Amino acid sequence: MLPDAESLIERLLRQLRAHVSSETGMVGIVTGGAWLAERLHRSLGLATPLGRLDISFYRDDFDEAGLHHQVKPSQIPFDVQGRKILLVDDVLYTGRTVRAAMNELFDYGRPAAIELAVLVDRGGRELPIAAQYTGETVAVPPGKILVLDRDDNGALSLHLSDRRRERTTGDARR
Amino acid sequence: MNRNPQLDEKGALQHLLTIEGLPREILTHILDTAASFIGVADREVKKVPLLRGKSVFNLFFEPSTRTRTTFEIAAKRLSADVINLNIATSSQTKGETLLDTVDNLLAMHADMFVVRHAQSGAAHLIARHIGPRGHVINAGDGRHSHPTQGLLDMYTIRHYKRDFSRLSVAIVGDVLHSRVARSLIHALTTLGTPDVRVIGPKTLLPTGVERLGVREFHDLRRGIADCDVVVMLRVQNERMSGALLPSAQEFFKSWGLTAERLALAKPDAIVMHPGPLNRGVEIDSAVADGVQSVILAQVTFGIAVRMAAMSILAGN
Repeated sequence: MLPDAESLIERLLRQLRAHVSSETGMVGIVTGGAWLAERLHRSLGLATPLGRLDISFYRDDFDEAGLHHQVKPSQIPFDVQGRKILLVDDVLYTGRTVRAAMNELFDYGRPAAIELAVLVDRGGRELPIAAQYTGETVAVPPGKILVLDRDDNGALSLHLSDRRRERTTGDARR
Repeated sequence: MNRNPQLDEKGALQHLLTIEGLPREILTHILDTAASFIGVADREVKKVPLLRGKSVFNLFFEPSTRTRTTFEIAAKRLSADVINLNIATSSQTKGETLLDTVDNLLAMHADMFVVRHAQSGAAHLIARHIGPRGHVINAGDGRHSHPTQGLLDMYTIRHYKRDFSRLSVAIVGDVLHSRVARSLIHALTTLGTPDVRVIGPKTLLPTGVERLGVREFHDLRRGIADCDVVVMLRVQNERMSGALLPSAQEFFKSWGLTAERLALAKPDAIVMHPGPLNRGVEIDSAVADGVQSVILAQVTFGIAVRMAAMSILAGN
């Protein structure tokens, strides 16, 4: 039974409120992380504009998988140098997406700190990466991927899928 | 049976040799990917690690500054190692054949070749020879093709005009000898541009050019009337001495783009030129430097488009 994404957002917001300020630079990872970040950013009323990263140019499986279709431009509308960054993704799995996102962030400048918020942690890490803020830890059967969907009204929901979609989310991209 | 030498057995782009015959999806994918590379130039670190550890060889058998430089910058922004071969001082002058040169570079673990050659078909020859062992990008072969120029022209048009489906595009000048014009015409028709016009003296338009899906005009004023995009082609000075063209002054009188002639196009029409400019021959300085000119934007976009082409090839 998968948790309700909307209630996980509420849970994340409760954790985040005490730890963000108007200076915090929030960055969502395309696609699911960017959707989630839009919601968090609006609810927290952050003054610094929201950023987003498409990590396609930083993936570590480019040699095997090639370039992703529909790469979206990354947009970081604030100065990264010396700023506290809150990285947002939907599903934390192997940690490779987060590593790629951190590498890309450093090409914009040297942040003071990077924290990670995820809707769901499904375990299975292949790198020493941990989230500071987690909606819920979920056990996902091996071979399945967990994806975040957004309906026409902007409501988010979690689904299990058997195979990689063309644009899946978070670490499920692998 | 796959007959297009540019595509691998799965239909993915292995080499970029010509726009002719490439499906719309591949062209759109390159343009969309280029859009994501534009922002890289504004960052603290103007590089992405995509082609880290890959070697790109620039093989320029014909002089070029802009194209060679933008390919070099594109490869470097992708973190590739770039080797520029100065062909004038290479073994080619000692009699080595083109394919022997390529074999030697493959033995040095080249991953990608960017080829400019005066002979039409040179890049195809190399691509057929190396097959899946590497990637070839045609950076201009004779009169035949210059696909990345065609793509950067398309990127520029899309940037300013958003959508090809209602555009009138005029291509003016020496279409006959222009690989730029040929590539652009194929790209425009593939992406659904309804009105493509070629404008020039009869001697400088290829016979049967209408078969490419364009309209032919022998009068500049009539040809550019109400168009959205004016692409001026470079008059190649070496043609001027032959029988095809009178003189630079004569050419300018009939075919040069002046502010007064540009006024016949739509008020928001953009002016493009692949460079290098012959001021006062095909284009008046006031137009080249005017508000409607996007000639320097083309150069900037060219880097992102070449980054896109290289990264898509390298990933296939």
